[in-house]
Amino acid sequence: MLMTNLDHVESADNHKKILEENENVMICCGRMGPMCMPVYDIMEELQDNYTNVKFYDMDFDSSDAHVIRNAPECAGFMGLPFVMYYKNGKVVQAKTSIQNMDQITSVLNEQFGKPE
Amino acid sequence: MEDIYDVIILGAGPAGLSAGIYASRAKLKTLILNEGTVGGQVILTHEIANYPGVETTNGFKLVNTMKKQAKEFGCIIKANLNVTGINLLNKIKEIKVNGSDIYKGKTVILALGGKPRSLNIPGEDDFKGRGVSYCATCDGEFFTGKEVVVVGGGNSALEESVSLAKYASKLTVVHQFDHFQAQRHYIDMAKNNPKINFIMGSELRGIEGEASVKKVKIENLTTGQISELNTDGVFIFIGYSANVDKVKDTITLNSRSEIVVDNNMKTNIEGVYAAGDCIEKRYRQVTTAVADGTIAALSVSDYLMNSTVSKEAILN
Ligand SMILES: Cc1cc2nc3c(=O)[nH]c(=O)nc-3n(C[C@H](O)[C@H](O)[C@H](O)COP(=O)(O)OP(=O)(O)OC[C@H]3O[C@@H](n4cnc5c(N)ncnc54)[C@H](O)[C@@H]3O)c2cc1C
Repeated sequence: MLMTNLDHVESADNHKKILEENENVMICCGRMGPMCMPVYDIMEELQDNYTNVKFYDMDFDSSDAHVIRNAPECAGFMGLPFVMYYKNGKVVQAKTSIQNMDQITSVLNEQFGKPE
Repeated sequence: MEDIYDVIILGAGPAGLSAGIYASRAKLKTLILNEGTVGGQVILTHEIANYPGVETTNGFKLVNTMKKQAKEFGCIIKANLNVTGINLLNKIKEIKVNGSDIYKGKTVILALGGKPRSLNIPGEDDFKGRGVSYCATCDGEFFTGKEVVVVGGGNSALEESVSLAKYASKLTVVHQFDHFQAQRHYIDMAKNNPKINFIMGSELRGIEGEASVKKVKIENLTTGQISELNTDGVFIFIGYSANVDKVKDTITLNSRSEIVVDNNMKTNIEGVYAAGDCIEKRYRQVTTAVADGTIAALSVSDYLMNSTVSKEAILN
C-alpha cells in the first residue's frame, strides 16, 4: 500500500468498480519514489477543489496494477508514474513521468472542466 | 487588521521546515510558501543513512516528520504554488502567489534550495518518460536489455550508471570534460563494469526518436564533430543549481549564483535571511540545511525583538 493520503485502488475489481461508479477519475499508478511523490502531493492538494473528480493512487508493483501497466494507452511509457484520466470508464488521457501542478490542472480542466 | 506574518519562509525543504519549526516554536507568526512538493530535494532521496539520530530512512518519511513538527507548532504551510512576485526592499515584505494572492511579512527567509540541471537541448522535454529520465532507481527497469546513455561525470552520474548497468545491455557515459569530478570509489566502480563505456570531452546536442528515444547527437568538444549514437534511453545527472532566479535582481549572489550570507544567515537586505542549499557554502546536506534553517529562524527572532519593524507595522 502506498503511504499517501489519497484513496487507494486496491485491486482490479476495485478499479472496475471505481470506473463504473464515477464519471471523472484520475489514478496515479506509481511507487513511493521521487518522480511519483510530487504527483501524489499535487493530487492531495487538488482534491478539495476538483470535487467533480475522484483522485486515487495505485501501487505499481501490485499484481492487479496490470490494469494500468498493460493498458494500450501506456504502451511506450518508460517513466514512473503512469497517470490515467478516465471519463465514464474510458481513458481520455494517459501521462508518463513526473508532472507539475500546471501540467496536471491543464489536463483536469480540459477533460473534466475547471472547478467553480 | 491586515494579516502580517512575523516571518515568511520561501521553500519547504529541510532548511525551510527547520526554520519553520524554530520560528513557530518561538511564537512567531510563521508562513511557509513552497513551489512544488513539501520536502524539496529530500524526496528525491531513496535512502538517508547519514542523518544523526535517525536510522536509515527514506527522504519522504524524514521530511513528513519535519512537516508534522512544524505544523504542530502552528506554522502554516502552503505548497505546490507559484511564487510570481517577491518584493523584499520595503520594511514590510510582499510575496505574490499565483499572480494574485499577496502575503506580507516583517521578515523573509529564503530557503530556496536547488534543482537538477537540465540539458536544455532539443528532444529533452519531448521524450521525458519516453526514454529521457532523471532517476535510475525509478525508471531503470524499463530499460532492461536496452542500450542507454548517461550524461554527467560526478558522483551521481557514475553511481547511477553502475545501478543502471544491472538492467541495460550497454551503457555509454557522455561527459563534457576529459576527467571525472566523482570520487575515486565511484570512478573505479564504473570503470570496472564491463557494460559501461565512456565518451569523454563531449556533449549531447539533441535527442531524437519517434514514440520513444532512438538516438542522440553528440559533439566532440575538441574537434567540433557531431556524431550520432543509437540508444533507447538518456539518463541525465549533471548536477544542481541554486533556485535564485526570482531574487537575483535584489539579493547579492556570488560568482556561482549562490546567496551570500553572514554567520547569522543575513543577506544584504535588512530583514531578509537565507538558508540551505541556496546559500554560498561547500557542503550541501540535510544536516547542513537544517542547521542553516535553525540559525536563520533564531536570527529572525532576535531581529524582530530588537528592531522597530514590529512596532511600525502595528502603527501603520
Ligand atoms: C538525489 C539526491 C540525494 C541526496 N542524498 C542525500 C543524503 O543521503 N544525505 C543528505 O544529508 N543529503 C542528501 N542530499 C542533499 C539534500 O537533499 C539537500 O542538501 C537538502 O535537501 C537541501 O535542503 P534545502 O531545504 O536547502 O533545499 P531543497 O531541499 O532544495 O528545498 C527547497 C524548496 O524550495 C522550493 N522553492 C524553490 N524556489 C522557490 C520559490 N521561489 N518560492 C518558494 N519555494 C521555492 C523548492 O521547490 C523546494 O521545495 C541529496 C540530494 C539529492 C538531489
